[in-house]
Formats: sequence, structure tokens, C-alpha cells
Amino acid sequence: MKFPISFILGFLLSLFFLVITIISFFWVPYDVETLNIANRLMEPSFENLLGTDHFGRDIFSMIMIGGQTSLSVALIAVGLGLFFGVPLGLISASWRGSLLDDIIMRANDLIFAFPSLVIAILITAVFGPSAFNAILAIGIFNIPVFARVTRGAAISIWTLDFISSARIAGKGSFRISLEHILPNILNLLIVQGSIQFSLGILAEAGLSYVGLGVQPPTPSWGRMLADSQTMISFAPNLALFPGITIILAVLGLNLLGDGTRDLVDPRLKDKIK
Amino acid sequence: MSSYFFSRLKILILSLFFASLIIFFMIEIIPGDPASFMLGINAEPETVDALRKELGLDISRFERYFNWITGMLIGDFGVSYTYRVPVSELVMARIGVSIPLALYAIFLSTLIAIPIGIFSASNHGNFKDWSFMGFTQLGIAIPNFWFAMVLVLIFSIYLKWFSAGGVPGWDKGFFINLKALTLPAFALALPQASILARIMRSALIETLSQDYFRTARASGLTFFQAVKKHAFRNALIPVLTIIGLQFSFLIAGAIIIENVFFLPGIGRLIFQGIVQRDLIVVESVVMLLVFSVIIVNFLVDMAYLYVDPRLRVKK
Repeated sequence: MKFPISFILGFLLSLFFLVITIISFFWVPYDVETLNIANRLMEPSFENLLGTDHFGRDIFSMIMIGGQTSLSVALIAVGLGLFFGVPLGLISASWRGSLLDDIIMRANDLIFAFPSLVIAILITAVFGPSAFNAILAIGIFNIPVFARVTRGAAISIWTLDFISSARIAGKGSFRISLEHILPNILNLLIVQGSIQFSLGILAEAGLSYVGLGVQPPTPSWGRMLADSQTMISFAPNLALFPGITIILAVLGLNLLGDGTRDLVDPRLKDKIK
Repeated sequence: MSSYFFSRLKILILSLFFASLIIFFMIEIIPGDPASFMLGINAEPETVDALRKELGLDISRFERYFNWITGMLIGDFGVSYTYRVPVSELVMARIGVSIPLALYAIFLSTLIAIPIGIFSASNHGNFKDWSFMGFTQLGIAIPNFWFAMVLVLIFSIYLKWFSAGGVPGWDKGFFINLKALTLPAFALALPQASILARIMRSALIETLSQDYFRTARASGLTFFQAVKKHAFRNALIPVLTIIGLQFSFLIAGAIIIENVFFLPGIGRLIFQGIVQRDLIVVESVVMLLVFSVIIVNFLVDMAYLYVDPRLRVKK
């Protein structure tokens, strides 16, 4: 099997951020909770790989710990979308054309029409800013995405012969959805999942940047950017490194998604070539 | 045409109705009474009651919802708790920044995306296509507020070509404002342009492999003539869909970007509303934004009629 280059690149980038985040639970080069003003705004060096911030904290260590927030918020939001979206999509597809299908799809359209950040703002206005509310705000908008993808893919599988065989064998819609449809659309869900994951990282960064995500002193990539904004004229590194981190993490996941799609469904590639 | 139009109109009205319900009840479940919040904890109960009456909080929920909705329909968005002026006035003062910013960003992203899409599609599979698509991958991955900060760093701080924030106001002349909005619009346009270019490219590649396109080429049209005459319009359908979907991302992006550049637009108004717990401002402005997104999607649906004549046929 030949792996597409986008898959290899995406896999390595994603793996890198995953690994440094996991390591950060046990070990970071420097403690980020103690301030060391004498060491503030240091340039990158062997001691501090990416330099230090205005409180003398090691930027690389902060990026490692910030990954905990950024990745977990995005990941749980994807989980939320999968947990509610996939069953809704399966139900919609197996009772295609029914009133239930219509209601589910219209509700999806409705959520789609909402500008997601505006609703995130509304949620935080109501419940106050926190990581949990950020997850909720991002996760709600993942539901219609997964419902739609699931329904679309499931419908095309429902027309195939082996589903008719399963029907003749006496299986009901529920068992068919679970045993035959779901395994066949899993690839597609993984691809969509990685894309939503990357969008979640961007959304979390945006929310934290405007102060609606995790609250200080918990570091997140978006919050690091927000803190750096007033110092950008004399300490551009503070803004550059967390920004590049976000870009590489998002890029990695997107490439991984694209690469997986090419890998599991070569027809898509042939169609485009 | 009429059946398509009415089915879309029905969806439009239903969406607006449910959106207004959701927004109204989300604001309703916020604990605490705006009147006592405004007056502080030491206020006399009579004063609080008087203010509740003034703000229209003494009537039932149903009546309040009804008043809010019917008020919105005639342009009355209620009175701001903190500024004590009609919300419509606050909105009108800021819309002159937000709408030009959004239009400028859409203009820029289309201007960048369509040529890149066509160029990549016509070179598809080779190095030029690859490098352009690599750039668009990067464009999608860049958070627009970070890109905005980098633009400020390069063009305002180092090169001093643009100001780092604010707008002079439209009475000071057109181009000076356009210049002030250029960096924010560009920051907003970059991710949009990247997505749009990719969609344009794949939609075009799809049409380029169709038999009618080959026939057009065989009949002697040059590549670009054939694209212009036959492929472009067919590729436009998915592109239109994306422009419609992107509008809601644009609105969201604009809220953040306005905060980066200190632009006195709708986005900053929402933030002030949240910080000052001016819920009537938050409620009405959020509804207005949702309304604009739903309307734009409706207009996109209508634009399909123009692009795709098959939809004009009665089903």
C-alpha cells in the first residue's frame, strides 16, 4: 500500500502535537506557574527553545501545556458531534422521506444557519466563559455536520444489494444501521472527524482570544495570542510561536483528513485526476 | 419557479421564527433581573419596580416575546439598558463599519479565489497546481485574528503603510476609510479565499472532464473560451453554496477582527453588551446577525435560479 504524501505529512504533524501534549501531563522543560521576571522576553536559545514571555515563563513549555486545553476542547467537541450527529443521521437515512427525517434535517439546517461564534458568544453571555461552555458552543455545531455526512453516506449504502439480503434475513432497521451501515461509513466519519477537530482548534483559539474560552491562569494557544497582542511591537515572538503552533496543528489534521480520504477511497482521487 | 420560491420562503420564515425563539429563551434563562442589576444591590424596591416597568419587564414572557418580535419587524429593537438610547441607533451607528468591511472581504476573497481556482484547474496535477493548493491549505489553517496581528506587525509597525486600527469615519472621505479597512478585510478574506479557491478548482475539474466540454474544445474553442462559455457557469453552483455558507463564518470572523483593529462595528457592540450585561443589546444584535445570515442563504438559493435554469421548471 502506497501512502499519499499528505497522509504521511499530516500524520507526522498530528502525532508530534499529540505527543508533546501527552508528555506535558508528566513533564515540561520549565514550570509555567512560577514567574521569573529577571528572565523575561528572552530570545530563543538552547535553554529556552522558543524564548520566554513577559513574565519570564518558557514559551515552549506553555505551548506544550496549552495543547492540553486546545486539543481536549476540540476533541471533546468532535465527540459531542459524533455522539449526537451520527445516530441522527442513521435514523434519518433509515426512515428516509418520513416526517422524522424531515424534522431532523430541518433542525440541522436551522443550526447551520446560525453563525457559530455568535451563538458561542450568546452561550458564554448566559453561562459565563469557561472551557466547558467553549466545548458546548463548538460541539453543538458539529452535530449537524456529522448528521448530514452520515445521512448522505448511509442513504447510498441503503440502496445496495447486501442491505436487501440483510432485510430478507429478517434484520430490522436498527440492526442494519448498526451492523452494516455504520462500519461502511466509518472511513468517512474519520475523515470528517479530523476536519472538525482542526476547525475546533481554530474555534477554541478564537474564543480564547476574545476572552470567552478558558480563563487565566490556564494556558491555551488562543489565550497566549491574546496576551501577546499588546506586546507585538517589541516582542513579536510571543505572537509568532503560538500562532505557528496553531497553524501546524490545524494543517496537520487537515492533511491527515485529506490523506485518509485518498487512502480509503481511491475512486475520489481518480475522479478528480 | 414559484414552487421553488415558496418552498424556500417557507424555510426562511420557519428558520427566523425558531431562531428568534431560541435567542429569546436563552436570554430569558439568565439568572438575575436586569433592573436590579442596573440599580445595584442597595436600590429601593419601588425604584426597581419603576425601572422594571420602564424597561417593559413587568409583563408576561409571552407578551415580551411578542413585543420584541413585532418591534423588530418595524425597526424597534428596544432601548439599551446601559446607554438608555434605542438599540437601533447603536446598530445604525456601527453598521457603517461592519457592512463595508464584510463586502470588502467578500470582494477580496472572490478576486483572489476565482483566478487561482481556474489557474489550478487548468494546470491540475502539475507543480503549479500543487504549489497553489499548498498555499490554500496554509490559508485554511491560519487563524484570521493571528493573520491580522501579523499584518499589523508588518504593514503598520515595520513598514508604517497602514494604521494599526480604527476608522476615520465616512464623512472624512471614501478612500481614507477604504485604506483603513484594507488590513482587516484582507485578514478576513484569506481563509475564505483559500476555501473558495479549492471549491472552484474541484468544481471546474469536474466539469472539465465532461463530454460537452470536450466537444466544445473539439469544435475549435480555446481552453479559456470553453471555460468561459461552458464550464464556469456549471462550476458556479457549488461556489455559490460556499459563498452563502461562508457568510456566517465571515460574520463570526468580523466580530473577532473588529476587536483586533478596534473598529467600532457590530462585533464590538456585542462585546460591550456582554461585558455590561446589556442583554437587550446582545439579544437584538444577535438576532440581527442571524437574520442577515438566513437572508443571505435565501438569496443564494434564489441565485441558483439564475445559474441553474433547471430549477425554474415547475416540479
